[in-house]
Amino acid sequence: MTTTTSTTPARPAARRPEPRARGRLTPTQRILLRAVLLTLLAVAATFVLDPYRNYQLAVVAATFCATAGLTLLVGLTGQLSLGHAVLMAAGGYGYALAANAAAGAGLDGDGPAGVARVVLGLGGALVASGAVGGLLGLAGARLRGPYLAGLTLAMVVALPALTTQVPALGGDQGLAVPFEGVPQALSRLIVVEQWHAWLAIAVAALAVTPLALLRSGRAGLRMRAVHGDETAARLAGVSPGRVKVGAFVASSLAAGLGGAVLCLVTQSIGPGRYDLAFSLLLVVAAVVGGLGSLGGAAAGAALVVLLPWLVDTVTAAVGVPADLEQRLSGNLAVLVFGALLIVVTLAWPGGLARAVARRPRPRPRPQPRGRTDAPATPPQPSER
Amino acid sequence: MSHPRPVTARPAAAATGAVAASAAACLALAGCSTPAAASPGISDDTVTVGTHQPLTGPAAAGYASISAATKAYFDYVNDHGGVHGRSIEYVVKDDGYNPANTQTVVRELVQEDKVFALLGGLGTPTHSSVLDYLDQNGVPDLFVASGSTLWDDPEGHPNTFGFNADYVVEGAALAQYAADQHAGQKLCVLGQDDDFGQEFLEGVELAVGKDGVAAHETYSTSNQDVTAQIGALQAAGCESVLLATVNGFTALAVGTAAKMGWSPRWLASSSGGDYPTLVDLLGEDVAPALLEGFVSANYLPFGPDGEWVELFRQINDEHNDGARFDGNTVYGMSLGYLFAEALARAGEDPTRESLVEAVESGDLEGNGILPLMFGPDDHSAFDGVGITAVTDGVQDYVGATYAVGGGKVTEVEPQPVPLRGEGVPTS
Amino acid sequence: MDRLVFLTATGLARGLVVALFALSLVIVWRAARLVNFAQAAVATVAVFAAFAVTGATGSFWAGLGAALLAGAALNAAVERGLMRRVPSGSPLPGMIVAIGLVMVLQSALGIAFGPRHRPMAAAFDERPLVVGGVPLLSPYDLFVLVVALVVVGLLAWLFNGTSLGLQLRASAAAPEVSRLLGVRVPRMVTLGWALSGAVAALAALLLVPTELGLNAHSADLLFVHAFTVAVLGGLDSPAGALVGGVAVGLLVSLVTGYLGAGVAPLAVLALLTLVLLVRPGGIFAVGEVRAA
Repeated sequence: MTTTTSTTPARPAARRPEPRARGRLTPTQRILLRAVLLTLLAVAATFVLDPYRNYQLAVVAATFCATAGLTLLVGLTGQLSLGHAVLMAAGGYGYALAANAAAGAGLDGDGPAGVARVVLGLGGALVASGAVGGLLGLAGARLRGPYLAGLTLAMVVALPALTTQVPALGGDQGLAVPFEGVPQALSRLIVVEQWHAWLAIAVAALAVTPLALLRSGRAGLRMRAVHGDETAARLAGVSPGRVKVGAFVASSLAAGLGGAVLCLVTQSIGPGRYDLAFSLLLVVAAVVGGLGSLGGAAAGAALVVLLPWLVDTVTAAVGVPADLEQRLSGNLAVLVFGALLIVVTLAWPGGLARAVARRPRPRPRPQPRGRTDAPATPPQPSER
Repeated sequence: MSHPRPVTARPAAAATGAVAASAAACLALAGCSTPAAASPGISDDTVTVGTHQPLTGPAAAGYASISAATKAYFDYVNDHGGVHGRSIEYVVKDDGYNPANTQTVVRELVQEDKVFALLGGLGTPTHSSVLDYLDQNGVPDLFVASGSTLWDDPEGHPNTFGFNADYVVEGAALAQYAADQHAGQKLCVLGQDDDFGQEFLEGVELAVGKDGVAAHETYSTSNQDVTAQIGALQAAGCESVLLATVNGFTALAVGTAAKMGWSPRWLASSSGGDYPTLVDLLGEDVAPALLEGFVSANYLPFGPDGEWVELFRQINDEHNDGARFDGNTVYGMSLGYLFAEALARAGEDPTRESLVEAVESGDLEGNGILPLMFGPDDHSAFDGVGITAVTDGVQDYVGATYAVGGGKVTEVEPQPVPLRGEGVPTS
Repeated sequence: MDRLVFLTATGLARGLVVALFALSLVIVWRAARLVNFAQAAVATVAVFAAFAVTGATGSFWAGLGAALLAGAALNAAVERGLMRRVPSGSPLPGMIVAIGLVMVLQSALGIAFGPRHRPMAAAFDERPLVVGGVPLLSPYDLFVLVVALVVVGLLAWLFNGTSLGLQLRASAAAPEVSRLLGVRVPRMVTLGWALSGAVAALAALLLVPTELGLNAHSADLLFVHAFTVAVLGGLDSPAGALVGGVAVGLLVSLVTGYLGAGVAPLAVLALLTLVLLVRPGGIFAVGEVRAA
């Protein structure tokens, strides 16, 4: 990762947004087309990867669901959630409970029964994460920055206790879920890891495409309006409370689907995976990718999944003393992530998304109060 | 990770770029996939086995030295010609005691490092998250380093075998010993708020009945303040306290009680009863006084005068840089010895099936103080433990040994396995 | 009954440490309108400094001094080096930078000192004084009590009774006007951060001897509890921090003693949620929540 910093931002009006040149497609059609293309591309990529990389790809796709939800929430409405790991966990538990109930009710074979089980599981994930997200959203609509961040933080810390106290959640070990093998028709062609990568990619597409539509549509405008100036938004007939709750729920549903996929791929769900460190990694992914940018969220997800592994591989290859290697392992990646978080926020506020696209800076928008040189979380260039 | 990209790129292109870049990065580091070969991890002169261990994170302090000891023992075996001419390579992966990492590193071990078997995977929440995966991939899952009863499930997980005496056995044996020593005393339990504490409590109640436990408190590993629990036990008038605690919380419990001027009799599970570790945690100045008479359970030959310890000390000096010698060292090396024995019995050209058969044959001796229980219908290693105590700063067996079976605790004679030859199994 | 008395006394002693830490959060909030999520990491670094100094000199008091200095210096450096460069206008970037700082500091401590817990002795006897057969507070708890009360008193005097305190409050509440009136606002903000770092370091130093030992994550739970307290009392209110601290300390102690250790985190979360939903600005909030 290069940390090239440009401390002198381009003047706001230095460049015009590029003229529309995409023919007759409406924005919605364009997003759907893009989603289909990206999904096909990702599926094609699974053929060049070995099983372990395919497993990693599935984890990246699942993480992407959560980071996409988070980046939308933080970037567009300015609500910082440190608890998206809990929303993923809610989705995972929802999936596990529903899929296990389905298996117990007779849907315990391969083929159509397997499909039904997965669909029911995903439904369970949506219900669970939607419920938790809705409650948090209601709280978030009343709370401002640090209070919401603190509440979500306390929630992450309380998750292990909750799973121990509620017997249905299986304590520290969590729950096991039915194994979803490769369908008969494909079993000669691909191994199970590749199949799981396909499922993960499909679910990620299902989770993220609605977010992209939401962002480019009226809902996205309303969110930016509320973030920009709540009073003005209210005067314009937008209800800030409703917009915030809606954004939180949408974000939670995406994160919940991510948790469900992770549960499916790893055949288990437990509180250990969804700790505070992981929750903070999701924030890192969203910020480093560029708040508000879905492409950035994808890059961020890949970064937080692959960098720790890369750092360990490099330290092992360099051959540092065993004692030091032990202390570097795990810690060094966190150090890099923390530094990235600081550098990106201070010097490079668009994140990867802006660095890649070198898009023009948005026009400054009126700030609610206080002196300001650069908007903290610049909204995406509009998709007019 | 830099992305050369045209200036006019739009979000779609950015996202495409991200996907393509990560795909390219993966491609550069690995080949493409086709179904696996027949017998992974075995070559003419090596056997590769892997494990997942907490080398970082909060649990590392208590357990990171185990895999180093196992590795040192394998180095020793390899220096003595290996097993059937093959040297044993032990791939240790760090999971930080986080099940998410366990799932990743175990897949890496199986798919990238192509290990022959998994050996001594550590921890209940961590290892239980990969049980099904290992089963579906037919990977022998030997000697899990945890006292949970989950590993003893020949029907559900035919390739998985435990190593520790389970928590029920330990709880029952310690409670029985306490009751035998001081009849009519008030017996209390402090346990971790997970399966460790629950199964241990089951064992205690097996020995002394539900009414035999005067007070039961729990702690959570996330909160290092146990004053409230210790205070409650003291207020209940406990005379002996049975501990289902990891080493760190054993030290915390003993230390907190001492600060409150209270010194009941302590009886700790083998997972939290290692004297050198506790001394390190409590501080060398105060520990010897606090831990005099401290009772624990064990099933491995760690008595300071034994021939096994003599061998292990020598291996520790020669192959482990003379690291501190403690219960973890004996544990790690005993684990390695048992694996070497299983491998030796799996034949000249071992397969995954023959390895599992060798363990199930019931012929393995190991080096414990009681016979191993392994058989077609039993995947637990030990059904009993010996009682240890600290006398004048030395922790050793006191002679009392208990076995648990058929819902009751019986006192038995220890049957230690003598050391043969140089401690390298040959057949 | 004995049990209730004991648990109450313990909860009170722990609660005061939490209150002290919460107070440090209130000070930063008052100075910079920001919740310093890195406060626990900064405090832990300071305790490591104290540990080293006490180890070298053998004096607890030298270590205490080192912790106060290190906490103040580190927080001042954080403010000068990082927080000052954070774009204002939204509380978001400040929080994110603080979270990045937590990750950097804790992983650096982990790399430098490894995962093991270093036992740390308390400055005073920790055996409780037994009153009427019931173990109550230990001399160490009394020391904590006195320190906490003295610090609260000093801060109250500083903020309300001195010209420096007035300048501190003024520059936080109305930076522009204060500047016009000749207050050196940036200096006041740095001072507020330093003060808060010292108080946080003190709280962490008082906590660690009651725990397993010193480790990079020693103050994590303290921060969560203290944040809860600061929110309960209102981020603006020192008195609220004190009352809230004792309340959370008692809650954790009583719930752990009567319902089990596993229920305590849930009880804290429930309390936090309840207060936030009923009074979004905290119990002691006056008027509308002030969002920076």
